[in-house]
Amino acid sequence: MAATSTASLLTCAFLPRQGFSESTRSPVWKNKQKQCKRRYGPQVVTAKIELKPPPYMLNALEPHMSKETLEYHWGKHHRGYVDNLNKQIVGTELDGLTLEGVVLVSYNKGDILPAFNNAAQTWNHEFFWESMAPGGGGKPSGDLLKLINRDFGSFEAFVEEFKLAATSQFGSGWAWLAYKANRLDVGNAVNPLPTEEDKKLVVVKSPNAVNPLVWDYFPLLTIDVWEHSYYIDFENRRAEYISTFLEKLVSWETVSMRLEIAKSRSTERDKEAERKRREEEEANLPGGEATEMYLESEGEESEAET
Amino acid sequence: MAFRTLVTKKSVRSSFEQIRGLQTTAFALPDLDYDYGALEPAISGEIMKLHHQKHHQAYVTNYNKALEQLDAAVSKSDSTSIAKLHTALKFNGGGHINHSIFWKNLAPVTEGGGEPPKGSFGGAIDSQFGTLEALVQKMNAEGAALQGSGWVWLGLDKELKRLVVETTANQDPLVSSGANLVPLLGIDVWEHAYYLQYKNVRPDYLKNIWKVINWKFAGEVYEKECPSTG
Ligand SMILES: [Fe+2]
Ligand SMILES: [Fe+2]
Repeated sequence: MAATSTASLLTCAFLPRQGFSESTRSPVWKNKQKQCKRRYGPQVVTAKIELKPPPYMLNALEPHMSKETLEYHWGKHHRGYVDNLNKQIVGTELDGLTLEGVVLVSYNKGDILPAFNNAAQTWNHEFFWESMAPGGGGKPSGDLLKLINRDFGSFEAFVEEFKLAATSQFGSGWAWLAYKANRLDVGNAVNPLPTEEDKKLVVVKSPNAVNPLVWDYFPLLTIDVWEHSYYIDFENRRAEYISTFLEKLVSWETVSMRLEIAKSRSTERDKEAERKRREEEEANLPGGEATEMYLESEGEESEAET
Repeated sequence: MAFRTLVTKKSVRSSFEQIRGLQTTAFALPDLDYDYGALEPAISGEIMKLHHQKHHQAYVTNYNKALEQLDAAVSKSDSTSIAKLHTALKFNGGGHINHSIFWKNLAPVTEGGGEPPKGSFGGAIDSQFGTLEALVQKMNAEGAALQGSGWVWLGLDKELKRLVVETTANQDPLVSSGANLVPLLGIDVWEHAYYLQYKNVRPDYLKNIWKVINWKFAGEVYEKECPSTG
């Protein structure tokens, strides 16, 4: 009982300091107040991260990705990550966080906690299924295409860069298109592209379970390049799998939608940061409390305002 | 090592350099001592064929390519390019080294595959791990727990004369975990090593591979480093 209370106190205090509260991408806590309070109660909360199915039938991507591949990849690999994650976090301080919250907290600045691999792989696979659609592929349009042209030169140049990232991820891992709205290292990780311009599209690759959330980027598109994702359909021919993914499977509609969300969240985040900056300046005038103000969580700050 | 060889070669190379290129230093895919299907049912012929002809071949091809680029960069004293080649050399060179040992670590049952180690090597396993079974359990557990792609090794620390169980990520060779470590037995736990047959169930692959492990080869390497006095 005492141990549980300490653990939850630690977590509640730990999160805002890591800078996660600055991210308005999605809340780390499902319901911060409620979760924090609930931990003190006598009930044991059961971890229940769901196995989310792809938004199409398992045979819907044929002939480009076989039903058999999806039966194993979703039905066995993805399920395995979810089951193991739930076993790992039940009753721990990670229990009760959203999936994204578990990913961020367990990344632990690169000194990963045991739950990270299963949590991030669960997140990555959900995101991967939703990156594809029957009748996908082709070219993006609208704002997304404009940004691709601006940041890569052309759609073809983007394709080349994405393919290179996906083929050159030595070993297991992922390749990503992401919207990068930060400049420097973030609280949670060393930014792999710290000198790049702000607010632009980037292609990155990541080993094993790592994903761009830990660098505070907004992921827009991903391809799984673990061998299990292509071995049944393409055997060793990873390059062919990557081309097929781009030409026949990518749901550019979903990527466009994700970009819109990323842009508006990044704008919200800027406003929030600006508001904090101003508050800090004001607090600095009489002197004294500025640091403490900055570290408070959002909820407590708004309470202070009233 | 390859790097040093190249540099030395370069300094003695004369007018033949242009014509001969790297032909003399190129690595080649080694032949297997058994047929692709000879390890069945533990490992299917289809897996063995792809693993050898496609995967190992790709490491060899890309290793030679990277060495060629290294050679060009060295002759131009282009240190930026040399530094950039590091990952490709380590990955593909490691892939070639590791797979070359792996094929030697396997043998059909009719040719001694799965026969327990004997002599001083067998004795060393018993005295360090308790039993052969305990060593197998340890390697299976570490191999199953390895995240992503990599290898699980039984190695010999030639300074301490002790056996060690280690894992390495991706294609890192055992020597990258310690300069004194000599690989005796390496098990490939990349998904390509078992996927067509075992799919997501890596532990079953690990359980079955012991039926075709060539302990005799591992024992010979051990004997070379730790000659028995008797
Ligand atoms: Fe996967
Ligand atoms: Fe292999």
